[in-house]
Amino acid sequence: MTVIANTLIVLTIVVGLLFTVVTVIGVLRLPDVYTRAHAASKSATLGVLSILVGTFFHFWLNEGYFSVRILLGILFLFITAPIGGHLMSRAAYFSGVKPTELTVGDDLAEVVERAKKEKQIN
Amino acid sequence: MKANDVILQTATKVVFFIIFLFSIHIFFAGHFAPGGGFVGGLLTTAAIVLLLLAFDLKTVQQALPFNFMIVVAIGLVLAIGMGAGSFVFNVPFLTHAFGDFYLPLFGVTSLHTAMIFDAGVYLVVVGSTVTMIQSIGGES
Repeated sequence: MTVIANTLIVLTIVVGLLFTVVTVIGVLRLPDVYTRAHAASKSATLGVLSILVGTFFHFWLNEGYFSVRILLGILFLFITAPIGGHLMSRAAYFSGVKPTELTVGDDLAEVVERAKKEKQIN
Repeated sequence: MKANDVILQTATKVVFFIIFLFSIHIFFAGHFAPGGGFVGGLLTTAAIVLLLLAFDLKTVQQALPFNFMIVVAIGLVLAIGMGAGSFVFNVPFLTHAFGDFYLPLFGVTSLHTAMIFDAGVYLVVVGSTVTMIQSIGGES
């Protein structure tokens, strides 16, 4: 039982660490704000979540302490971290940060253009 | 162009209650675990600030119709009243009493009068920080 529990704990924490390292590499190497926000918000969320799951199982199975705080933290991060990424990249878009040269299409530009025209007519 | 805040506002409606419940938990855990009135008050303020970020000042003032200056006053009265209550029992100022009581839902609970002092700290922290943020944000 202890071996299975410890394997589970080590596995989740190692997966979390790997995803955090991948986040760092992505933020350093990707070309523009949007691809970096994509790397940072997705893989960092999963990394921190699996580290928290590992911590939760460690305290539950080895120490016998069922920590509701960690579960609440998992839920909280799962809700808020992607929204943080969304708000930051939207703020970047509306303050005029251009996407990288490699970008194929920009669907939001048409919508913003149309909204501006409607505002001028009104 | 009017900003479209659907995602932020919907998330705020859920996240506000998580932060608020956590602040209540921190407040009550303060006697035996890390936490207490100050941290709990700051967390409640953080929840209210999140509401202020997602909605505008008027909506939040309608949703929470308190004058936060009066909240500070109530907190100070609670703290001083708990200290002054010790005079009734002829013990030094701020001496606190405790005991185990049977409550209907919670079973045997140990209640301290230090909790009243902590509630005072909580109300003072919430009142003063929210007043500061509202008065800085309201003028512009």
